[in-house]
Amino acid sequence: MAMDTTSPQSAPRLSMRTRRAIWVWAFLALPVLFYSVIRFYPTIDAFRLSFTDWNLMSKPAYIGLQNYRDMFASAEFWKVFRNTFAYLIIGTPISLLLSFLIAYFLDRIRFGHTFLRALYFLPFITTASAMGWVWRWFYQPAPTGVINSVLGSVGMGQLDFLRSTTWALPSIMVTAIWAGLGFQIIIFMAGLRSIPQTYYEAAKIDGVGDFAILRKITLPLLKPTTVFLVVFSSIGFLRIFDQVYNMTTNDPGGPLGTTKPLVLMIYQTAFNSYQMGAAAAQTVVLFTILLFISLLQLWILRTR
Amino acid sequence: MKRFTKTALLAGTIMASATAASAVDIEYLQYIYDTRVEAVDQLIAKFEEANPDINVKQVTFPYADYQTRVVAANMAGNGPDVLQMFYGWTDSFVNGGVLQPLPKDMFPAEQIEADFFPIVTAMKRGDDYYGLPTAVRSLALFYNKALFAEAGIEGPPETLDQLVDYASQMAVKDSGGNYTTVGLTVEMGGQDHQWWREVLVRQFGGAPYSDDYSTVTYNDAAGVAATQWYTDLTTKHEVGYTGFMDEGQAAFRAGRAAMTIDGTFRLGSFRDIADFEWAVAELPANADGLRSNYASYFANGIGAKSEGEELEAAAKFLAYLSSPEAMQLWLEVVGELPARPEVALTEANLADPIYAPFLKGLEYAHTTTFVEEQAQRQVAMDMANRVFLQGQSVEESVAEAAAAEQAIIDRAR
Repeated sequence: MAMDTTSPQSAPRLSMRTRRAIWVWAFLALPVLFYSVIRFYPTIDAFRLSFTDWNLMSKPAYIGLQNYRDMFASAEFWKVFRNTFAYLIIGTPISLLLSFLIAYFLDRIRFGHTFLRALYFLPFITTASAMGWVWRWFYQPAPTGVINSVLGSVGMGQLDFLRSTTWALPSIMVTAIWAGLGFQIIIFMAGLRSIPQTYYEAAKIDGVGDFAILRKITLPLLKPTTVFLVVFSSIGFLRIFDQVYNMTTNDPGGPLGTTKPLVLMIYQTAFNSYQMGAAAAQTVVLFTILLFISLLQLWILRTR
Repeated sequence: MKRFTKTALLAGTIMASATAASAVDIEYLQYIYDTRVEAVDQLIAKFEEANPDINVKQVTFPYADYQTRVVAANMAGNGPDVLQMFYGWTDSFVNGGVLQPLPKDMFPAEQIEADFFPIVTAMKRGDDYYGLPTAVRSLALFYNKALFAEAGIEGPPETLDQLVDYASQMAVKDSGGNYTTVGLTVEMGGQDHQWWREVLVRQFGGAPYSDDYSTVTYNDAAGVAATQWYTDLTTKHEVGYTGFMDEGQAAFRAGRAAMTIDGTFRLGSFRDIADFEWAVAELPANADGLRSNYASYFANGIGAKSEGEELEAAAKFLAYLSSPEAMQLWLEVVGELPARPEVALTEANLADPIYAPFLKGLEYAHTTTFVEEQAQRQVAMDMANRVFLQGQSVEESVAEAAAAEQAIIDRAR
């Protein structure tokens, strides 16, 4: 019929491409709006707040760089800063090395493979606060703590773990590494599986040894996975909070602040002291560090 | 027809005014704690029965973010009519425009000061009162009667020297040198920081702060002596240490601490202890018989946004919450001590072996005016930890603590 060829509406017909774009954006609008309101706006607002003195109750008063000056002049800030980097610099390499080793060997076994993989993954899906409390009890001195009771029963001395200014941070880091391991193993294994078998077959035919295969084939081809995990794990350690918060509620941030990371400091400044301006300034510092470290790692591990 | 309209109009007006009269809704805010919520529910029921024209709605939040929620609600213009608050938050709530002074005609200051325990003055700013407590808390020494009997000790320690003596007798270590039972829990993060600040420092002849709590004054010989005595509990007398069984109260509950210093608020959780009998005693005196205590309370205040008939209803409800009747109910349901001596110091209460020591403590208690309790507690914890974990001298540690706490106070003022 002749009628069918003309549009019932007088509006100009949109091209297929435009219509598709409108559809796509219609669906994307909601998350974009959502993120703008609950993520981007507060992030940008934090920069503004960091130049103010605000205790939630009064009107924010502009005080210029005072919050930053106070922060950089405070010994506590630098201690927290060092702690945060200790989590990052020790935690990231150890957790990546461990997860790679486990993934590498787990990839080669067939017997119990699924079971072991599930076992490694389990901590990742466990609530961080629940795990924090379990570990907190593991670390107790005898007679409550499992580890110290075992040490005691074989005649060894006690370790103070969470009550020691030296060992509290490593004790917490171990639990954080353990908690993140499962995820990293799964990603590494997916990365290992995605390397085409033909390279390995070719290498075998040429009589290349296992270590050379690892060094020349596996590691270079695993680079995108590694880059992703380095960035992901670094951000995780820089933002560490749950474990520290739950394992040291008696003395938040460990004895003499030896386990306190930046995020816990921000939390305390904002929600215990209600110094929102100072907390915003600390947040800006954390944001800058995260941005800088992520960019640095992307640059170092870029594909040449 | 005209007459019908007139009647209908009249009926309508009457109904409208009747609903208006019964429609005063006020909101009451407190944090979630089962027995407290239960007690307020009962109080609201009684209050509404006596005041059918007022409806009170109880709104509760978890304690962890209670303050934040109050402040956020106030900022959004949804502040409550009546709210419960820790006395230590008064400064920030008054300065932040969360509270308004109690109406002077209904709550004259002289009347308040005559009727309540003296610690109520912590709610006074200038000539205005900003809240009144229903119940108050004080500290006492909890002791495990089974462990006392085992050690052949008759009764609780009367003096600080006896406390050290008994505690060291009851502390037990295994062959590896690890404590299996402590004589006294040593934990600044618990109630010890209050004990050290308002009791020990005073018992050693000092004062923790100037009278208006604006200046830290424990950095002197008395403060150092009190701190030395406290840290000696671990380093010299070996009666216990911080972190044993995670928390002092956990150790006491498990029957592995002979004594612990804690507040009225712990009674509820210690009452479930089935394995042994425990009792309560007044905090030990010093050699001269000087005693002190730390008292604190949650008060009820009126929200700044309340006005007109809501304000009137809020004041009425607050008056009821601080009435003798409400205090008696609070004691029975929550177990906290009444804030009016006439209700608290009854013969029955004074004969009660558990309430009596706490009540005696109230007579000579001090109430610290905190500007930020958590931060000031942290100062005391760090002070003890520097001595315990880093071997810093007590003099230096006290000096460092005094400077840190003074900075916190100055920042807040």
